[in-house]
Amino acid sequence: MSIVNALFRRELRSYFATPVAYVFIVIFLVLMGTFTFDMGGFYEQGQADLRAFFNFHPWLYLFLVPAISMRLWAEERKNGTIELLMTLPITPWQTVLGKYLAAWTFTGIALTLTFPIWITVNYLGDPDNGTIFAAYIGSFLMAGGFLAIGSCLSAITKNQVIAFVISVVVCFGFLLSGFPTVLDLFSSWAPQAIIDAIASLSFLTHFTNISRGVIDFRDIAYFSLLIGGFLYANTIVLQWKQAD
Amino acid sequence: MIEIQNLTKRYGKHTVVDELSFRCEPGEVLGFLGPNGAGKSTTMKMVTGFVAPDKGRVSVCGHDVQTDGLAARKRLGYLPEGAPCYAEMSPGTFLSFIADIRGLSGSNRRSKLDEVIERLHLAPVINQTIDTLSKGFRRRVGLAQAILHDPEVLILDEPTDGLDPNQKHEVRELIRSMSADKLIVISTHILEEVEAVCSRAIIIANGKILADDTPHELAMRSRYFNAVRLNIGDKTNLDEVRSSLDALDSVKSIETDRHQGILTAIAHRDREATYAWRQVTDLVAAKGWSIDGIQLESGRLDEVFREITQAAKS
Repeated sequence: MSIVNALFRRELRSYFATPVAYVFIVIFLVLMGTFTFDMGGFYEQGQADLRAFFNFHPWLYLFLVPAISMRLWAEERKNGTIELLMTLPITPWQTVLGKYLAAWTFTGIALTLTFPIWITVNYLGDPDNGTIFAAYIGSFLMAGGFLAIGSCLSAITKNQVIAFVISVVVCFGFLLSGFPTVLDLFSSWAPQAIIDAIASLSFLTHFTNISRGVIDFRDIAYFSLLIGGFLYANTIVLQWKQAD
Repeated sequence: MIEIQNLTKRYGKHTVVDELSFRCEPGEVLGFLGPNGAGKSTTMKMVTGFVAPDKGRVSVCGHDVQTDGLAARKRLGYLPEGAPCYAEMSPGTFLSFIADIRGLSGSNRRSKLDEVIERLHLAPVINQTIDTLSKGFRRRVGLAQAILHDPEVLILDEPTDGLDPNQKHEVRELIRSMSADKLIVISTHILEEVEAVCSRAIIIANGKILADDTPHELAMRSRYFNAVRLNIGDKTNLDEVRSSLDALDSVKSIETDRHQGILTAIAHRDREATYAWRQVTDLVAAKGWSIDGIQLESGRLDEVFREITQAAKS
């Protein structure tokens, strides 16, 4: 565990040693604000909740999380530091976990910095803070899901642009599969079980469930399995591609 | 100890390392020589477990690199080609990170860190980002990382590449000072380095071992071994000296550099080592030629290297 911890601290520190962290956090907060207040109609709804805020999280993550994850392995491979890392006495699991947890913590920090909006809504009205808390948890889990996908895909290439584009496409697939328009394509002919299966693959379905304030075991299990699965795939891809 | 058996690596149809087998013991400094693309780096990458071989096995201190890689990597220090480092870190934080990964703690950690910083003279740049360091300092950070945990086996891929002569000298001194109880493998194409630090040299080309000997024995294969080099001051004398030398029974042939006035008398191999030297010096004394310099050659490694690797090509 101390090795994962060492990797974690090195990685997290490297975000703040470069402009990456600051640029990301500023853009994340500006976009969150713009979406919530301008496009989400936060004031116009006249309701003391943060639905206008959380509705945009999946779409924002779709582009911003791959921007974080694209460098995870592609950069190491490009700079050759992967040779250093993989010849240290550590297992692929430890490296994958250390780097992933650092990236997840970093997105957690960015998410936490949106707290003024929570204060604002409490100042303006009397929201259900339990629901908001649950939605934050859901948002954090969803970011973790996006990150696990992005981390795994980052390991297949030296090129960060390719890693970014592939991650966005795959994440988009995971988002879309819960969308009514996509599900309608199947609803005319496929049995309900299949439609449910496709819908249950979607980030959107599970995130929406949690953000309604219900933290269901199934939704937690979904994100845990998804993250675990992609990180496992990540270790495999890493060993397979590390020296290419 | 490193043991390599039938190690083979192919990239597509191209065989980079071809049925390589050898072993080496602590106390040896093994120089791995070869032209570019000979398979030196690939072999080192397989020894450190970074590249998986297609065939064959490597064991480091009795631990198979493929099946028991963690134990093998614990005993290894490795400087990859080009000395990659995390550019946004400082040497201080980078080495602390390596110390954590290597499981060093407490006063041992502190003393080991102090020792490598001292040995590689990193103190002046310890808090600067690696990005802003000169090539020499970066290479030293890479070396510091490799020797930090005082490993039994040290693998250095082109440790002096890109360093100035003073820095090269320092790195060689460092390698020599560590060689007593460690097994050190260095790859290089600088032949003077092999003569300076290695106790054994393996020449490879196209993934195969072409020669495996001490640098001295290798140099003895050179036709210049025991040759006598005369620097004739008076160039008008050159042809006379040349024909007299040619008549000696110890001299096989003579190479002439008219421009610089240098004659090299190549010795017959079947004679005892200093026979040609005695004959030539006696002759010079007897004839009373004015000579600017006379030198016994110990063989030229670069010539042996060229001969061996080019013979393999054709």
